[in-house]
Amino acid sequence: MSRRDFDHQMRERGAAVYGRRSHWLTLHADPLLALLLAALMTAGLAVLYSAGDSDHGQVRRQLVYMVIGMTLMLITAQIPLRLLQRWAWLPYVAGILLLLAVELIGSDAKGAQRWLALGPVRFQPAELMKIALPLVLTAYLASRPPPPRLGDLAVAAALMSVPLALVLIQPDLGTAVLITTGGFFVLFLAGIAVRFLLAVAAVALAAAPMLWLFVLHDYQKTRILTLLDPESDKLGAGWNIIQSTTAIGSGGWTGKGWLQGTQSQLDFLPEGHTDFIIAVLAEEFGFVAVLGLICLYALIILRGLAISLGASSMFGRLLAGSITLTFFIYVFVNMSMVAGLLPVVGVPLPMVSYGGTSVVTLSIGFGILMAVRSETGRRG
Amino acid sequence: MSPADLLLRDHRNEHLLFAGRLVFALLAMVVLLAVLVWRYFDLQVLRHEDFVTRADRNRIHVRAIPPPRGLIFDRNGVLLADNRPGFTLSVVIERAGDLDALLATLDGLIDLSDAEIERFRQLSARRRPYEAVPLRYNLSEREQSLLAVDEYRLDGVEVSAQLVRHYPHGSVLSHVLGYMGRIDEQELKRLDPDAYRGVYTIGKTGLERFYETDLLGTPGYEYAETNARGRVMRALERIEPVAGQNLRLHLDLRLQEAAYEALGGERGAVVAIDVRNGGVLALASAPGFDPNPFVTGISSADYAALIESPDRPLFDRATRGQYPPGSIIKPIFALAALDSGVVTPATRIYDPGFFRLDNSAHRYRDWKRGGHGWMTVRDAVVESCDVFFYQVGVRLGIDRLHRIATAFGLGVETGVDMPNESAGLMPSREWKRGARGLAWYPGDTVNTSIGQGFVTATPLQLAAAAARIASRGEVRVPRLARTLGQSLVPAAPGGDPITAADTAWDAVIAAMRGVVEDRKGTARAALAAMGPMDYSMAGKTGTAQVVGIKQNERYDAARLAKEQLDHALFIAFAPVEAPRIAVAVIVENGEHGSSTAAPVARLVIDTYMATHAEVAGLE
Repeated sequence: MSRRDFDHQMRERGAAVYGRRSHWLTLHADPLLALLLAALMTAGLAVLYSAGDSDHGQVRRQLVYMVIGMTLMLITAQIPLRLLQRWAWLPYVAGILLLLAVELIGSDAKGAQRWLALGPVRFQPAELMKIALPLVLTAYLASRPPPPRLGDLAVAAALMSVPLALVLIQPDLGTAVLITTGGFFVLFLAGIAVRFLLAVAAVALAAAPMLWLFVLHDYQKTRILTLLDPESDKLGAGWNIIQSTTAIGSGGWTGKGWLQGTQSQLDFLPEGHTDFIIAVLAEEFGFVAVLGLICLYALIILRGLAISLGASSMFGRLLAGSITLTFFIYVFVNMSMVAGLLPVVGVPLPMVSYGGTSVVTLSIGFGILMAVRSETGRRG
Repeated sequence: MSPADLLLRDHRNEHLLFAGRLVFALLAMVVLLAVLVWRYFDLQVLRHEDFVTRADRNRIHVRAIPPPRGLIFDRNGVLLADNRPGFTLSVVIERAGDLDALLATLDGLIDLSDAEIERFRQLSARRRPYEAVPLRYNLSEREQSLLAVDEYRLDGVEVSAQLVRHYPHGSVLSHVLGYMGRIDEQELKRLDPDAYRGVYTIGKTGLERFYETDLLGTPGYEYAETNARGRVMRALERIEPVAGQNLRLHLDLRLQEAAYEALGGERGAVVAIDVRNGGVLALASAPGFDPNPFVTGISSADYAALIESPDRPLFDRATRGQYPPGSIIKPIFALAALDSGVVTPATRIYDPGFFRLDNSAHRYRDWKRGGHGWMTVRDAVVESCDVFFYQVGVRLGIDRLHRIATAFGLGVETGVDMPNESAGLMPSREWKRGARGLAWYPGDTVNTSIGQGFVTATPLQLAAAAARIASRGEVRVPRLARTLGQSLVPAAPGGDPITAADTAWDAVIAAMRGVVEDRKGTARAALAAMGPMDYSMAGKTGTAQVVGIKQNERYDAARLAKEQLDHALFIAFAPVEAPRIAVAVIVENGEHGSSTAAPVARLVIDTYMATHAEVAGLE
């Protein structure tokens, strides 16, 4: 089957499935992805209501963030890929400048400078980097003949190191890791030779002790050590892990019921409405709900991979693929750290944790996915 | 191949490479998600029960409600040991912010000791999150108001009320009642933690210690659901504590106070026993001390002062002081001599002022220089003739002396309901061989026969012995507790009565009455000087040597320091016709039983007669 036939058939089938395909195509929206996101966000709002002490204001604010996010998603979906590729450096440079601004005028939160206040809006420039870096890397690598050569890798490494350094000074280990991972996914999908991958892995291993000795702050080291033995510091860093695993484990198969989780309702669970929100879900709705949530995420990821695979340009493929993989990493890191599998780093649960920056950034990512998807349909 | 084909092949290769990488990523994700699912399955399904328990332990806070300790009353219902609300300062460390700064601030307000801070740090290492850790107990009103004024800058500081033991009569009853104190590390190890939930003090001495389990009660519990900050969200269940049993004593506070005051600041002890049932009417040891500071933690300076005082106020002389009974022992040996026929009431022995064993040059002196002359057994008791009893002792021999004295309770614990009483010592051949590795010498018998040498006894034992004489041989165990809760405390089995011929009892009791009433009675002058008695009394004086007097020396009070003066002893019972009260008095370094100890005994018996005459028939 020729590629042309394939595309044709895809469109025919899509039309059969969606019926009024013209409207969706005009919107450049992907209905399946939109449906999955809607389900995810609805579930997220219900858990947030319970996690945030039935605070209507908080749920309403999150709803506003979601509306803003969805709007931005649709706007992003309209951008032609060629334009995105040409202007990819713009968000990257903006992101670097904002990170520099944080260093100079940012506000403190728990010993780390992460926030930037623009009038009434406060946001974390590091979040923007999570989109901007894969974008600029993809744009660069897509403009080069595949697979990437050593020179390309050097450029990519340079592009990655600047924001990485700025995020590490803040310091925000979690975001740094996620940014690196995102960039790494781009290189991986672009077809970087396996020997380079091994070399990168070796460098990373060699760098770990240096990181431990010179870069990591004490509180970050504590978090890592605590993971190994939560009981060693019951009242300090271990408290979070002990309380979150207790919340999860006491949920059982079907949970204690909405608003009935003792760990979350009686404030034993820290950060229940933000990073640890999965523990609230697990406690009140049980393993069944956790499984359901994981399925929802898996479907979104599969959809993202499908979009990536079906993209007609190298740029689109790489972009969609790396965004999807990064999304997976968010989910995996968050759910693992709350369950005590990974050190506690500040990673929210995508589209469920309370927080505007995260919702907006992720939405833009999904908007890019949709842009890639609509490009697929347009090329005949 | 055309360039277009080449391009197409490149394109396909590129696509294949990408697809391969994507598949690899997909597989990696599947593996990672499987790990994640397994982890949640493990936590939520396999280890579910474990975590439910943890969550409940988290949320359900069990607060122990300490039981109110049983109160102690005297025989007339006067409150002797009370529970009063006291205030405790504690700190919730999570709310305190800078703990060191807070402690410094508190130190500036109420002067924290290093020991307090050390104990606080130990306790705080074992606390639950948001649990209040006690820092100072029993805040004074001044401290409370200081804290209240500065409350705004004392985040995390709490002041809460609980019951604290209080002894309204202070030093008068300090040894009998004993005192409560903080449970120490060793006690913590042996105590049942459930029985002492929420209880931080325990009876350390005296009745508080002896009746600890009865006075304690049973702690109650309050199950409450709390949030992570320890705030009670709702009460789940409450089990009320059961108060400890009240203790009502035989002791009469009026007698106790009379006895303590009669000692007039001297070191000594007074024990009064109800002859008819062994109930202890008074058990005073002077000087006493204020037991109240011990309950909440006495300062080390105050404690050192008590320990280092030469008067040894913490020492319970009444049950633990071991004194040579001296001439107090004479009526007992007189009874043995009369009963065994070693002497008759008419037997006369000449006292030249000294006694010499056969084949020995050593002179055992009489306290009266020049001697008493011809003496009957009655005369010898009334005038406390030593030489007569040297003779009696040698004729009876140590075995019989030991037997009769032991029957009267010397050298044997009385079995009183107090902890740590001393047994004193009534020597025997076996004892000397075992303890000293020496044979019994005839000289030992001579010394023993006037209550000197190895013999020691506690004031409690002497009072019990006096009661046994008064009751003509009934052996009753001295008892402080009369009722515990609603039930009478049963009398402890006292053992076989002391059997002796009626004539022997008559003679001994008559002789003891003579000590009080006869012209030559050793106690007559001192007692008569206090005015006429409206009841009859029998007694015996005693003097116990503190320092040995050499063969050719004379006892010269003026040359001896106060603490080297003889101890003065007196036992008595009254009324002689139908004895109800028996008393033993010791005044340390009081010189003569007649002049210092006898008046104390009379003051106590006077008080008893004045207050108990009207109900005599009812008891």
